[in-house]
This record gives sequence, C-alpha cells and structure tokens, in this order.
Amino acid sequence: MYDYLWLIPFFPLVGFVFNGLLGKKIRNEAIIGGIGTLMIFLSFLVSCGNFYTLLHDSEKVHQQVIASWMSVGNLQIDWGFLLDPLSALMIMVVTGVGTLIHLYSIGYMHGETGFYRFFAYLNLFCFSMLMLVLGNNALVMFIGWEGVGLCSYLLIGYYFEKKSAGDAAKKAFVVNRIGDFGFLCGLLTLFWALGSKGIWTFNFVEIAENAHLLESGGLVVTVVTLAFFLGACGKSAQIPLFTWLPDAMEGPTPVSALIHAATMVTAGVYMIARMNGLFSMAPDTMMTIAVVGACTALFAATIGLAQNDIKRVLAYSTVSQLGYMFLAMGVGAYTAGVFHLMTHAFFKACLFLGSGSVIHGMHHGYHHAHLHDDPQDMRNMGGLRKKMPITFITFLISTIAISGIPIFSGFFSKDEILWWAFAGERGHWLLWLVGAVAALMTAFYMFRLVFMTFFGEQRTDARAKDHIPESGLTITIPLMVLAVLAAAGGFLGVPHALSGFFGHMPNYLEHFLAPVFEHSQVLNGLEIKPELAHSAALEYGMMGASIGIAAFGILCAWFMYIKNPALPGKFVASFPGLWKTVYNKWYIDELYDAVFVNNCKRIGTFLWKGFDVIVVDGIVNGTAKVVKGIGSGLRYTQSGFLHNYAMGMVVGVVVIVGYYILGK
Amino acid sequence: MISVYHYLILSAIIFSIGTFGVLTRKNAIVIFMCIELMLNSVNLTFIALSRHLQNMDGQIFVFFVMTVAAAEAAVGLALMIAFYRNRESIDSDDFNLLKW
Repeated sequence: MYDYLWLIPFFPLVGFVFNGLLGKKIRNEAIIGGIGTLMIFLSFLVSCGNFYTLLHDSEKVHQQVIASWMSVGNLQIDWGFLLDPLSALMIMVVTGVGTLIHLYSIGYMHGETGFYRFFAYLNLFCFSMLMLVLGNNALVMFIGWEGVGLCSYLLIGYYFEKKSAGDAAKKAFVVNRIGDFGFLCGLLTLFWALGSKGIWTFNFVEIAENAHLLESGGLVVTVVTLAFFLGACGKSAQIPLFTWLPDAMEGPTPVSALIHAATMVTAGVYMIARMNGLFSMAPDTMMTIAVVGACTALFAATIGLAQNDIKRVLAYSTVSQLGYMFLAMGVGAYTAGVFHLMTHAFFKACLFLGSGSVIHGMHHGYHHAHLHDDPQDMRNMGGLRKKMPITFITFLISTIAISGIPIFSGFFSKDEILWWAFAGERGHWLLWLVGAVAALMTAFYMFRLVFMTFFGEQRTDARAKDHIPESGLTITIPLMVLAVLAAAGGFLGVPHALSGFFGHMPNYLEHFLAPVFEHSQVLNGLEIKPELAHSAALEYGMMGASIGIAAFGILCAWFMYIKNPALPGKFVASFPGLWKTVYNKWYIDELYDAVFVNNCKRIGTFLWKGFDVIVVDGIVNGTAKVVKGIGSGLRYTQSGFLHNYAMGMVVGVVVIVGYYILGK
Repeated sequence: MISVYHYLILSAIIFSIGTFGVLTRKNAIVIFMCIELMLNSVNLTFIALSRHLQNMDGQIFVFFVMTVAAAEAAVGLALMIAFYRNRESIDSDDFNLLKW
C-alpha cells in the first residue's frame, strides 16, 4: 500500500488542474464540484488504506522517494514522502475533513460566479497541505508551507471586489511572510549546524537521528527552534502574529472551516511535532512556546467574549484553541497537542460549517425580503433552533465538545493538556491556571454564541424572519458526520485514569503516536512529575475542576443571555471603558499599525520617493540624457554637403593607411 | 626601360588627380568621371603588379572592377537624370536635403 503514497497529494493536484483549466468553460456546477470532491475523496480512500496498513505494521516509518529533486555533492534532496503515525493521522484529518468541506461547498457556494475558481483553489490547498504533511524533507514541507499560504491568500481574497477582503488577504500573506522568514532562518541554521558536524541533510528522519550531535540546551538548538517557532507563530496565529486570522474570516465560510480552523493553521503545531526531537532539546524554547501558547489561549478568549460577528467569535476561539495546542507542545505533551489538533479539527470545522449554514439561512431570509442587513451579526439572530434543527443540534454538540463537557471529544484532549501543564516536568501551576481561565471563557463565549443564535426571541427583521430555511443535504450531511466525530473522537485518547470508566479502554492515540514522540520524551525527561504520576486523586480532582469550570462558564452564559437578557447591556454600561477595549480587540491592530505598519510604509515611501525616484531613475534617465546630448552635438557633422563627406572619407583613409605605413 | 615603378607612380598621379577632382568639382558628372579615373588608376596598378609578379590574379580583379564600374555608370547616370528632372541641376551642392 505504501507504493501508492504519492497518489494522496496527486489526486487533488489533478482536481486543481482540471478545474483550473477547464472549469471556466464547463460552467456546470455538478461536474466542477463533483470532480473537486471526488478527487479529495479518492485521496481520502488512499489515506485510509495507508493508515490501515501502517496500523498493522510493526515497522512504523516508511519513506517513498518518487524522484530526485537536486543533487549537489553529498547533498541529495528528493521528492520524497514520509509516512509515520504522525503524518498518517494528519492525512486522515486533512483528507477526511477536506472531503466533507468540499461536499459542503457544493451546496454553500451554489450560484457563485467564481464557483470553478473556488474548487480549483480548494483542491490546490489540499495538495499543498498534503505535501506539507507528507514531505520527507524540510524543503518539500516548505513547498507545502508556502503553497498553503498562497491558497489561504487566494481564498481569503475570493470576494476580491470587496476592499476589505483584498486587505485581509494581503494582511494574511504579509504576516505569514514574517513567519516564513523565521522558518527559513531556522531551517538554514539547522542545515548549517548539522552540516558542520558532517551531516548535510534536510531529511526529517536523518535530522531526528542526528539531533544528538548538537549540544542539548545549547545556543544553536535554542536559536534554531526559536526561529522555527516564529514560523509556527505566523502560520498558526499565535501572539504576536495572530492578527491576520480574525480578518481572514472575509473568505467564504467553508474556507474558514478548512483552512483557518481545521488544517492550515495547525501546520505550525504539526511542524513542532515533526521536529519534536530538536524542540525537546531546547528547554528555553519549550518554555517560550508554553508561555506564548497559554497567553494566546487567554488573550484570544477575552476578545472572543465581546464580539458580535458569529464568525469572528469562532475565529478568536480558533486562535485560543491553537494556543492550547502550543501550550501542550511547550510542556512536552506532544501526544496531547496532536490529540487536541485532531478533536479541534472535528468540532471547529463543524462549528464553522454550522455558522455557515446559519449565515446561508439568514442571507436567504434577507435576500427574500430585499434587506441588506448583516447576516453574520448575532444581534440579528436568535430563536433559530426551530428554523434549523439539524444545524442547531450539530452546532450544540460541537459547542459542548469545545467547552469540555465529559465524554465529548474536547474534554479529553483539553484535559490532557491541562494535566500536563500542571503536572508535567516542564509544566507549572501558572500555566495550568491561565489555561483553566481560558477554558472558563471558552465555555462562556461559546454558549453565549449558541444562546444568542439559537435561543430566545427571534430578533431578525420581521420581513425576513419567516423565510429562513434549513440548509440542504450537501450542507447538513457534513455537519452530521462532523458532529458525530466531535462527540466521539475523544475516545481515541482516553486517559489512563479514566479508562476504568470506559471498560478499560486503552489510550489508542498515545500508543499509536509513541514511535514518533517517545524517544525524544524519554531522552529529555519529558514526563509527568514522578511525585504526581500515580496520584489518581489529584488527576480526578483536576478533571473535576475542569468540569466545574466549564459548567460555571455555561451557567454564566445561561444567566446572562437566557435568564436576564438585559444583564449584558447593564454590564457594558457599568464598565464602558473595559468593554470598549475588549470589543476593539485590545487595540492590537491599531498598535501594530502605529508601530510597525505605518513605519514600514514610511520607509517604503522614503525608498520610493528618495531612492527610487532620485537615484535609480536618475541613473537611468541620466544615461539617456547624456546619449541625447552627444547625439545632438554630433548631428551638425551631417552638413548635407557632398564634399564634406568625401573629404571625411579621404582624411580617414589617409590617416588609417598612414598609421599602418608609418606605424610599422 | 620602363620599370614597374613608373607604372605605379603614374597610377598614383592619376589617382590623386581623381581624388582632387572628386573633392573640388561641383558638377556631378565631373565627379563621376573623376571616380572612374580613380578606378582606372587602380586597374593600372593591378595590371602592373600582375605583370611584375607573374601572377594572373590581378588581371582577373581588373575585370571585376570594370564590371562594377560599368554597373555603377548605369546606376549613377540614371540617378543623375532623375535628379535633374527634380531640380533642373546636377550641381552637387543642391544634393543637400539629408542633413541635420
């Protein structure tokens, strides 16, 4: 089965080429959407085959080289793929969620003028993401890394006739470039550092095998991993580079679900997991990652509390959940981080698609009533649970999952992270506290969203409120599948302390991912602190605390948005300054504009008007002017008198002949 | 005895006369004749040296030069007639349109 590994990225590429070249002529949505979805589905089937084969294989690392890319001296770089438990899990998530979202898009994007363009880009994205995940060396990964950035840009700017969409796309691209710069710096420093030890390679397996040549905790490892982490920050929207993700909601909702929630933004987490051997060796970097992750989780959650745009709440929630994943990476809980990546892909994709379904319905209602209200503003919603029952139930399941209510997936993964943050060798109770407060806010703002959207009075304009339909099957089927996954996905990683409750269910995920992470974790002492490792009471206590926190958050939301709907207004009135600051996202965008963006623009303007216009244009125009001057001087020799020309010829001949005769 | 030097000197004198004529005369036909004079002085050099060196190459060249001179005479006189029809003059100072 491993021989067919290359087919996984190949199918979406075929879809991209087909839709990109022929889509404009075909114009038939069924064919375009069908081909796009079929290609990623085929890729999903091949992924399933490979995953299943790997599951029953004792040898867990497989590489397939399909062609040589470049060969310089001893350095050999291939177009190669790497299948190990980590990448196997990722391709399952990417192709699985990808298939559902492609299917969803057929219904959601119906009637859009750029339908073929959308599917072509979506296929290209899947291709890039699969290259990123499957690449067996860092350069193939980098191609995927840049490819997903490009697709993200193209899809955020899908409605490019809208200025805000164009600006958001540009912002995402530019912020990502900063991260990419870090990625490249890290990659090349690592290449040089290993090369100076005699190992010239970009191959992940060889990097992992030779990581011990570098000094553990030394400067080189710290610099390399910090640079990689900067790359991860850009791609995965962590402080300080998180500002692009909320703006990315300008893209169509399926894009937000696939790229800006389920897959691309987790690329940073995946990259750290892929290089866990290096990261484990750099405690300083790990601490930075954990602190940045925890801060991002809390910070984004606070902003999420005050947003009224349904997609923006979800966007800040995504940033916050990514913060959890980085917190997990930072305390060495790689399995927990990847686990949360997976469960988050399920429930957040479901949430985004659910919000898309709501927006679709609202848009339909407004369109019917010829109104131009904002279909994404939650203040215009309310009471939609009767209008859209399937959307409501799936949305509710995912919300429960993200809030951390037991037996739903988010509980297991988030709790595992918090447990490691508290009890891990590199954990700290402060990290746990920050994570726990963020969890409280998560439960609150997610249920605020549910209550404002689906419960209470319907606040939609009277002319539109009776024309909000439930979405069609292509939209509801993905929702239902994802809701099931969001509900049950957590059983892949039941912690040991709880396995007794579920018929001694083992922690499948930990067992499956062990070949990737165990080595570096054991080598660098990344485990639960020994004095806490066997304290089941403590673990139960922590879980109880998590559940209590989640329940408290939900209760607060219920109290404020169902019981006393007037309360939020009063709260805003009593703390106007605080509310305004949070509502305006702590003025981070304004701060960045003032400090970085405007100064960069100033430098740019200087280089334009100062350097380009005066120096560069001066040299170019100066050359032309000199030539013109010489020419206008010399043209007077063209007197028009035949004798002058004849005289010139004679003198010339005499001089040349004279030179040769006398000179010799 | 007339040596090759005599021929060469004669040829040089004829060439100089031709050059002088080209530079000083204004009548296009005279200039044209002076050019013919220069060509024939060169022919004379060729033949003299051919004879001197016992090599036929020079004489073959002379045939070429004569052919070219004949063609030149045909084209040149045609130009002159065309010019005269426009300007009613063949004075070379009137050929002055192509200048700054």
